[in-house]
Amino acid sequence: MLNTEPNIAFPDDFYEALVALHQDLTPEQSRLVNAKLILLLANHVGDAAVLRQAMALARHGVVPAGQDPVLQAVA
Amino acid sequence: MSSSAAAAVDYQRLVLDYTRSPEQDAPAPARHPVVIVGAGPVGLTAAIDLAQQGVPVLLLDDDNRLSSGSRAICFAQRTLDIWDRLGCGQRMVDKGVTWNRGKVFFREDPVYSFDLLPEEGHARPAFINLQQYYAEGFLLERAISLPNLEIRWKNRVEALEPGPEGVTLRVATPEGSYGLRCDWLVAADGARSPIRKAMGLESKGRSFRDRFLIADVRMEADFPAERWFWFDPPFHPNQSVLLHRQPDGIWRIDFQLGWDADPEAERQPERVIPRVQALLGPGRTFELEWVSVYTFSCLRMERFRHGRVLFAGDSAHGVSPFGARGANSGVQDAENLAWKLRLVLEGLAPEALLDSYDQERVFAADENIRNSTRSTDFITPKSEASRAFRDATLELARDCVFARRLVNSGRLSRPSTYTDSALNTPEVAADGFSGPLVPGAPAADAPVRGVAGDGWFLSALGSGAFIGLLFSDGDTAVAEEALRALPAGGQALRQMLRPVLVVPRGVPAHRVEGVLVLEDTEGLLARRYDARPGTFYLLRPDQHVCARWRRFDPACLRQALARATGYA
Repeated sequence: MLNTEPNIAFPDDFYEALVALHQDLTPEQSRLVNAKLILLLANHVGDAAVLRQAMALARHGVVPAGQDPVLQAVA
Repeated sequence: MSSSAAAAVDYQRLVLDYTRSPEQDAPAPARHPVVIVGAGPVGLTAAIDLAQQGVPVLLLDDDNRLSSGSRAICFAQRTLDIWDRLGCGQRMVDKGVTWNRGKVFFREDPVYSFDLLPEEGHARPAFINLQQYYAEGFLLERAISLPNLEIRWKNRVEALEPGPEGVTLRVATPEGSYGLRCDWLVAADGARSPIRKAMGLESKGRSFRDRFLIADVRMEADFPAERWFWFDPPFHPNQSVLLHRQPDGIWRIDFQLGWDADPEAERQPERVIPRVQALLGPGRTFELEWVSVYTFSCLRMERFRHGRVLFAGDSAHGVSPFGARGANSGVQDAENLAWKLRLVLEGLAPEALLDSYDQERVFAADENIRNSTRSTDFITPKSEASRAFRDATLELARDCVFARRLVNSGRLSRPSTYTDSALNTPEVAADGFSGPLVPGAPAADAPVRGVAGDGWFLSALGSGAFIGLLFSDGDTAVAEEALRALPAGGQALRQMLRPVLVVPRGVPAHRVEGVLVLEDTEGLLARRYDARPGTFYLLRPDQHVCARWRRFDPACLRQALARATGYA
């Protein structure tokens, strides 16, 4: 079960560190660092159900404004 | 063809002769139990399997050549086990390059390596690499040694009329067309399947926005016989490269080119040679053997059985090449189909048994497509986020073990476990089996000793029959009695079931009338089957488990056999 109650002892410290993590990075570098961070935390959590809940919550309310280029194949 | 003569055959240039069949002059279309269309690896495998089981087969091919170019080169253990059963596995392995290990590089560093066969006690390696024309050539030579298997080259099906009792065909030849009828038609006629088109059917899925260059290169090189995969190497920046060794000093190199590459320009030697030279380093000499630029799709037909027409291999489903799941899954289609068709033709099973072909192989195709799609999404990220995760995974993989498990350069072909097959008899929970050999799983191999000497379990089983496999503690008298009680189920059962008795190591296998006795020389068979004395397995003719119990009960066995032959 995903914990969405406060769980971080010093939230402002954490938030500052999270932003500082991206200092002087280009958007592309930031994207890479974020991706690594997600992978590291996901592995730490491990629990597939919790990870799926977190993914669903992260995506919740985001109306897709882009489109993955999918090529239909018919033979 | 003798084997010494065969060694000199140039399979790439072999021209198979069209010969006129008397049936072309027959007043009415001749009727065949099975016609197979397409003499590729799948059609040939199906034809040999059926013929070996006593079913007369007519195989039609619209061409008169074997595979042009090396094409499918990776043949998996399960495929080799099948070809062993069909009498041509050894030639494949003798000629092929055996490999079990893969390495993945990111930029200049190795990040991950895997061993696909980390344990001893298997007759066959995880993979061999062998040009498709050799595989087809060896299958062909086996096929023409079978008296009840006829191949007609330059015979193209130009029209067909499927009916409830069979299929009527119009076949075009260099000397005009003629009619044929068959009870069952197997369409193994490839990705562009003319049979599928003629029936107005489709194979659907998605294509990937990427292009790859295949270069077969002849050279002296000292790379080991391993699968090497590079992400973003210095010699081909921002793209991936895959290297495989083939027989005859030939190396397969796949270069990822990206969606915007011009396929016509990229196959020109002046573009290909510098790419290869960059990989090998300056001063290395090589010759281009075969070059092709391709895109790929993952797709399948909705159903593989359409009445009396059965689709197998690329005609039924397609995958990306990463994972070697194309030809290997097609060969498994053929094996799955052959025994079922034979039982139906001989009146030993209802037609409904063929619905299990559809069910099991659609399930397998979905598994292959899922794995192949995941690999392709890793190799060819479809969005910026997807690329960021891919690069992050590769960078983390150097230091973090968990990330190595996420690196996906291809999840290599494994036979499917038909967990939900209607042919399975569910296990009794109280039997408390553990391990992977659940009903639906492909049977595991192990070294055994029979009266004829040392050998392997799977190849000892022979062809075409269900296997009643009883593990004993060495007191063979009790076991023998049980096994002799087996054929009490009547003629049909006797025809279908071959009893096999496994005795522990140290108890020499001896002759028992009507029973194959095998000594479990290294105890691996009992371990792999989680067997105790008294454990009984029922294996299907395609060597998948369909039932298992802790103790043998003839009534349970009869029920399980009925279920496994489509009567349930």
